[in-house]
Amino acid sequence: MNYIKKINCLILVSITIFSFSCSKRLDLEPPIGLSSVDVYKDASNYEKVIAKLYAGMSLSGLHGPSGNPDIVGIDEGFSQYIRVLWNLQELPTDHAICRWNDVGIPEMCKMEWSADNSFVKAMYSRIYFQIPIANVFIKESSDESMDEKGFTTEQQNEIRIYRAEARFLRALSYYHAMDLFGSVPFVDETTPIGVFYPEQLERVELFNWLENELIAIENTLISPSQVLYGRASQAAAQSLLAKMYLNAEVYTGTARWADCVTYCNKIINDGTFSLDNNYSNLFMADNHTSSEIIFPICFDGQYTQTWGGTTFLICAALGSTMDASDYGMNNGWNGLRATPTFVNIFTDSTLDSRWKFHVSGEKVISGDTVTVYQDVNIGEVLTNCPDTSGYLIGKFSNIDQMGNPGSHVSLTHSDTDFPMFRLADVYLMLAEASLETGDQNTALTYVNMIRERAYGNSNHVYSTVSLDDIVNERSKELYWECTRRTDLIRYNKFTGSDLLWSFKGGTTDGSSVDNFRNLYPLPTYDIVNNPNLVQNSGY
Amino acid sequence: MNTKLIKSLSVLFFSFFIFNIYSQYSISGKISDVNGDPVIGVSIFLKEISTGSTSDFKGDYKIDNLKEGNYSILVSIIGFKTISETININQNISKDFLMNEDALLLNEAIVIGYGTARTKDLTGSAAVIRSEDFNKGSVTTPEQLVMGKVPGVKINSNNGAPGSGSTIRIRGGTSINASNDPLIVVDGVPLDNGGVAGSANPLNLINPNDIETFVILKDASATAIYGSRGANGVILITTKKGNGGEIKVNFTTNNSLSSIVKYTNVLTADEYRNVINNNGTQNQIDNLGDSNTNWQEQVYRNAYINENNVSVSGGIGSVPFRFSAGNKHEEGLLKRHKLDRYATSLTINPSFMDDHLNLEVNSRYVQTDNFFTDQGAIWAATQFDPTMPVYSGDTTYGGYYETLYSAGGNTGKPIPLSIRNPLGLINQKEDKSKVNRFIGNAKLSYKAHFMPELKAVLNVGTDVINSSGTVLVPETAASNFQNGGFQTKYDMQKTNQLIEGFLNYSNAEKSTSHRIDLTAGYSFQEWSTTSPSYAGLNIIGDTLNAPGIPTDTKNALLSYYSRGTYSFSDKYIVTATLRRDGSSRFSPENRWGWFPSASAAWIISEESVLKNSDFITFLKARFGYGETGQQDIFYDYPYIANYQEGSSTAQYQFGNQFVNTLRPDGYDYNIKWETTSSTNIGLDFGLLNDKINGSVDYYSKETSDLLATVPVVAGTNFTNFILTNVGSMKNEGIEVNLNLGLLNTNTTKIELGLNATYNKNTVTGLSLVPDTSSIGIQVGGISGGIGNTAQIHTVGYPTFTYFFYQANYAGQGLSYGEWQTLNPIENSFVDQNNDGVINIDDRVRFGNPNPNWFLGANLNASYKNWYLGTSMRAELGAYVYNNLASNYGNLQAGNSTFNSSNIHNSFLETNFQGNNNEQLLSNYFLEKANFLRMDYITLGYNFGNEISEKFNLNVALTVNNVFVLTKYSGMDPEVVGGIDNNIYPRPRIFSLNLTFDF
Repeated sequence: MNYIKKINCLILVSITIFSFSCSKRLDLEPPIGLSSVDVYKDASNYEKVIAKLYAGMSLSGLHGPSGNPDIVGIDEGFSQYIRVLWNLQELPTDHAICRWNDVGIPEMCKMEWSADNSFVKAMYSRIYFQIPIANVFIKESSDESMDEKGFTTEQQNEIRIYRAEARFLRALSYYHAMDLFGSVPFVDETTPIGVFYPEQLERVELFNWLENELIAIENTLISPSQVLYGRASQAAAQSLLAKMYLNAEVYTGTARWADCVTYCNKIINDGTFSLDNNYSNLFMADNHTSSEIIFPICFDGQYTQTWGGTTFLICAALGSTMDASDYGMNNGWNGLRATPTFVNIFTDSTLDSRWKFHVSGEKVISGDTVTVYQDVNIGEVLTNCPDTSGYLIGKFSNIDQMGNPGSHVSLTHSDTDFPMFRLADVYLMLAEASLETGDQNTALTYVNMIRERAYGNSNHVYSTVSLDDIVNERSKELYWECTRRTDLIRYNKFTGSDLLWSFKGGTTDGSSVDNFRNLYPLPTYDIVNNPNLVQNSGY
Repeated sequence: MNTKLIKSLSVLFFSFFIFNIYSQYSISGKISDVNGDPVIGVSIFLKEISTGSTSDFKGDYKIDNLKEGNYSILVSIIGFKTISETININQNISKDFLMNEDALLLNEAIVIGYGTARTKDLTGSAAVIRSEDFNKGSVTTPEQLVMGKVPGVKINSNNGAPGSGSTIRIRGGTSINASNDPLIVVDGVPLDNGGVAGSANPLNLINPNDIETFVILKDASATAIYGSRGANGVILITTKKGNGGEIKVNFTTNNSLSSIVKYTNVLTADEYRNVINNNGTQNQIDNLGDSNTNWQEQVYRNAYINENNVSVSGGIGSVPFRFSAGNKHEEGLLKRHKLDRYATSLTINPSFMDDHLNLEVNSRYVQTDNFFTDQGAIWAATQFDPTMPVYSGDTTYGGYYETLYSAGGNTGKPIPLSIRNPLGLINQKEDKSKVNRFIGNAKLSYKAHFMPELKAVLNVGTDVINSSGTVLVPETAASNFQNGGFQTKYDMQKTNQLIEGFLNYSNAEKSTSHRIDLTAGYSFQEWSTTSPSYAGLNIIGDTLNAPGIPTDTKNALLSYYSRGTYSFSDKYIVTATLRRDGSSRFSPENRWGWFPSASAAWIISEESVLKNSDFITFLKARFGYGETGQQDIFYDYPYIANYQEGSSTAQYQFGNQFVNTLRPDGYDYNIKWETTSSTNIGLDFGLLNDKINGSVDYYSKETSDLLATVPVVAGTNFTNFILTNVGSMKNEGIEVNLNLGLLNTNTTKIELGLNATYNKNTVTGLSLVPDTSSIGIQVGGISGGIGNTAQIHTVGYPTFTYFFYQANYAGQGLSYGEWQTLNPIENSFVDQNNDGVINIDDRVRFGNPNPNWFLGANLNASYKNWYLGTSMRAELGAYVYNNLASNYGNLQAGNSTFNSSNIHNSFLETNFQGNNNEQLLSNYFLEKANFLRMDYITLGYNFGNEISEKFNLNVALTVNNVFVLTKYSGMDPEVVGGIDNNIYPRPRIFSLNLTFDF
């Protein structure tokens, strides 16, 4: 009897053991989150994924302001999309210098970046974070894929628009890649996720692909008058096309001025957008109410928190005797300054509402002469200088038009949106392209509309306008809005010695820079990783 | 059970009755050691009739009721050589035995993972450390007990905070981004070695006083039985058990005082005033205060440590048990920092059915209460302006002097990014946690009635950790003034469940010439961690930080293993193991791995040539090869494409709505095991009756499919870095262990243990595509700038090799030692490639943070009732980067963006004016980290029962962290990772220990 009991016992134990040894117990899935298959089975998830694609340009990760980052290997806030784009487009120009000595920053200001520069790497990583996510979304939202999943017609119609927006956002990142890096690796919705080596697309091929892509989605996108704020409308795609045509000669060797004119006119003729009465309104906490912004990158003190974006643009510029509370923030980071060259293009500074320099002891400018706050030689700015040196500038602010600060509980993160495309830029593109095609009248009309807004009257309008006038007008109108490098390259002034500014080429007074710096290098890590890539010459 | 017990007892009674009828003779005598002292508890066993006895407290034994005949008698006890004789009994015999000490404990059975083995039969590299050899003094966490004891095992405490963890490396690290920690197994339960929220170190949740032995398995032939977790070695911890019989009570109390050994070198108030007055800007000079504050003295203190442990062991009825309870109250050097630990354990190990069925139940429950002081105060104390007072004289911001706005709308409010008053940081933050851990297992082993050589073992175990904590900063604290204070909480639950069973066949008791030991079994273990995420609020409850994404993660390991050992004539021994592991962390295609090993040993001293040698008393050669793996990659689902939802502060605006975001994580479907193949050649020896004994081992470990976090090929994944199988690495080394019985007389005993290890680590491959142009993977983030790194993994170099600009010195051309005494030229570096530009191409690889050599020495001496013990460690060949000097040793550091701050006193020598990336990464700040540290010295007196008949008393005085000899200029050369940046200082501790045995 005892033996039988023991044997029974052993059998029982063996069964228990066997049930634990079943290899099915190794099939574990994450309890939090959804597998990629489950995500795209449910039509309601498409809105959240497309929101992430937009947020990829505004947030640094899944937890605002930091935490669970999208890319790693660099400080999250430092590598936020707009912040690195800004560093690449503004720091190596006459618009800005930065007094922080963080790795890579002085090299950006001095135009001495290498293929290992952290901001070059971060920009490239942000771009190639956006693109694969867009690719998967585009793949999962094709008509065939939606039919397979059995989505209703109503759902399909909504997702079809999201799909066009995903293609727009992918195009925007590819545009940044083409503008900054030239010929870059190309992946689309047909390529897999996993180890393989994408082919490098020549800059001109990428231009053609982008042109076709944007034209293909132009009419699927929602019209500007009907789009929800924050989402890309037809005008966003048209603005991007206009910008591509404006710079087409740089990208492809063939100018496309007429196409630029066509697309600027499409946006203007739509009639949805108009110049804001007050230039300052465009950069304030309630700039989402502005009639001028065509495509914003949205930030919010409560719901869309980051250490990059406009929080960076406001706080990093605050220093010395600037009072953070005047800008709706609780403190300044004391980093960004303008160069003397830029200060000097404002020849009638006290009358131009775009003049936002911080003046010693006061903020309101009156009279004809002003002294810009600068105690110490500009030459010290790049070496973590005393915070009193350099030209301070306060363009962006977290105060609304009523004078109230933004919504963050302790005013650490701003509500101000970043205008990626706005009507004034379109006017100036139209003016420039018109002038290039010999249409002085159109050019004058649109440049003067900008000037009238800037001065609040028509006393300062041009009677004739030159290309140099236009590029200067762009500089004054669009400074710190991520367009300067591209503009200078179009005018052949970014490199070489046509235009010099402090720290260009690493010298205090500025010196010539080799032409190869018109393109950023592909980061070393990707050249090493991907045998299909050829580095831009000079690096 | 009762009826069974009665049956067993009646069988026992009946057998006595039978023997009584036929008995005629007896054997009795005295057992003593070479000094003539009685040896208590010796087992005397007659093989033929499986009967025996044990010697009593006078060393006497007696076995009655013996029939006439020849008997094989085995006289054995741990610590002495077993005596085996044949005796003819034909009358009542009186026989005394003289026992020789066995320095090598060759017949001791030690735990080797899924069973035990005699030390003699080991073919792999394993070290045993018993409780009597443990490090003494104030020890909070178990691994500190064996620091410096074993060659090849490098243990460095991470810092001096109460209960802080250690970095344990057995024969170097085998991985770059996967775990390099050894597997730790307590009484058969492999522990979870991941971090625990609210606990400095999960190992401090085990009471060191409950530990009986450590067995450290070092080579693959020993660890392959642990398969995918064996690559970094295995530490088997066996806790103390009851041995039945008389109930004994042990009580120890330890009272200690700890104090700081050395401060970080920053300028005194007078030096600072002098420097600023001579070199500072007018603004800085105007801002100088007139106080003289040594901020480090303000934040540190002399701390008190108290520890009490009581254990009761023995038998209740036939059930052996041990119960222990202990508490430890440990104050940290940093004011207010403290750890309280309450630990209990209960072990029972009864036997049933004539010893055929054994049950062992271990359970331990520990609670720690932590108060964490804001460790930012350590940094702040080195940086805060020493000319400023501690208190402001008014009550705002808790009364502490703070850096405030002096103009503008925020006048009088703290400047947010300036350094906060160090003492204010300490006193204005309540950061508390409570952590509970239960580790328990029940092991049932059954020896088959029909075949006692066959044993079945079933082991179920669990390890559960619950932790919770709260953080509160009042609204008056300057650190959180702008937010209106800060409060948050956290909790975490970890569980680890184990079920395993194995069969073992061993004929050891029957045969000495052909001993076979076979084991085969399976094991299933599952780990889960859950941790919700809470918002950060201000004091009135506004949300400052939204809750993040909670943690809920699980992984499982299913394994089949087998081991066979064959020993011929106790001379030739071969062992082979094979394990198959399946891990839930990898895709079904990559989930399973085979981990084989084979090893052999030859006990040369058993050969006739040496058998009678007086000089060589023991000599054993070992050779082993094995493959082990690594799957501990700190993430449970690396192969699954998973989408996660963002928090409420990471939404995006569509119209008037904010929409939650959903993001895919990067993944690698093909990720798989990292595999380490290792070879070990060893020699164990005993000379002059084993008075001198030791071992020498050569090892080589090669890791393939090395898991490293590398940049993703752009466009191919949802992230820019991914952990993947990308490279290979090698560790090679030699270990020497030497124990010298210098003196052993009636009254005096001196033993010296020495060990030395040489280890060389080399990365042999490190990219997806074969490439020679890659500089490598930059790692080792430093303070100063953002994104600066000091180290690099490069093919052909050790991991974490320093990567710096080479400073120019006035005296170029001198050797390292000579120019190091000179000052470098500021901001001037060697242009290695002569291209006229100083950039990353000019950075050079210099040394690494791991020593080539690490050495240990242990001395134990006793004279009559006095005893003395000490342990020392040395590390040679490592470098440490003085990040405090590099970042703050310049004039610019005194004039930071938001306030005046102190300067590292290396400035007085270098006179560096500014600070930039190149200067930060100058090899000038790299220093040799060679050191010799005396970990403890203890002097004790064993009163025995001199004071009272009722108890024995032992008194010991111990000093921990007695001294460090080093040329390193910083606070402490022992910096895990090599980047010296505000380490929590290791205290010097003076302890008085009293042990009572009742």
